[in-house]
Amino acid sequence: MTCAELVELVTAFLEGALDNETERRFQDHLEICDGCETYVEQLRRTIEEVGKLPPESLSDEARDRLLDAFRSFRTD
Amino acid sequence: MATALPSDEVLIAGLRAGDEETFARLLDGWSSSMLRLARTFVSTAASAEEVVQDTWLAVFQSIGTFEGRSALQTWVYRILVNIARKRGAREQRTVPWTSLVPDGDPTVDPSRFRGPEDPDPDHWRAFPERWPTTESEVLAHEVRATVAAAIDGLPPRQRVVLTLRDIDGHSADDVCALLEITTANQRVLLHRARAAVRSHLERYFTTTGGDS
Ligand SMILES: [Zn+2]
Repeated sequence: MTCAELVELVTAFLEGALDNETERRFQDHLEICDGCETYVEQLRRTIEEVGKLPPESLSDEARDRLLDAFRSFRTD
Repeated sequence: MATALPSDEVLIAGLRAGDEETFARLLDGWSSSMLRLARTFVSTAASAEEVVQDTWLAVFQSIGTFEGRSALQTWVYRILVNIARKRGAREQRTVPWTSLVPDGDPTVDPSRFRGPEDPDPDHWRAFPERWPTTESEVLAHEVRATVAAAIDGLPPRQRVVLTLRDIDGHSADDVCALLEITTANQRVLLHRARAAVRSHLERYFTTTGGDS
């Protein structure tokens, strides 16, 4: 496996989606290649940094409107 | 994030009984991914919010007759997609999910690797540089801003997959079902999105962030 091939497979690797043979070649390459080791680490770090962003949320007005609508729906 | 909700049976009974706490928990648990999903069909955040509201109104109307053949969340999100799609068509902004065969361009600049004339082709010319840790508050803030800007700049399909997976914590299977895409497509979109955000971070760390 080359470095250029490995970088395209990182997400598949992290999801456990590689077939056994490819996963073995992926791991063999990682053991001997500091560049790819760093790359994989950076992709993990990227996932971690993305995960620190806040979820989206409804505005307070929209949330209140929906709770009101739910209440009036119930009394119908 | 997927905080543990009660079983569908309990949720459905709660909604039917008009239990406000049940509804509030669903609102808080699902709004983020509902807004993101809506946002892939319509052009503004305000419009996405209206789609979410219309979805819940439609859910209130039909929860009484919901037969539970699919998971509650799947059913609600399907209603959302229908509403969002119609609205998107009116706004002339449709994202045709079926035509989303991702392009095969490499996710890392090919010039980073050695050429075919090299004895070691397709290996790094120079290894990626290690990134500093972000213990300082200022640096952590800049990293967050860099990541947020990178996500904003992603193509819509990559953005929705990345945010549903890596921010809202949905599983790969969930995302495939919600977006009606194949496992392979989901993975390609996710990988392209992550790689794009990584390269923004790399640019940030190698130009400005490295010396804090
Ligand atoms: Zn390598």
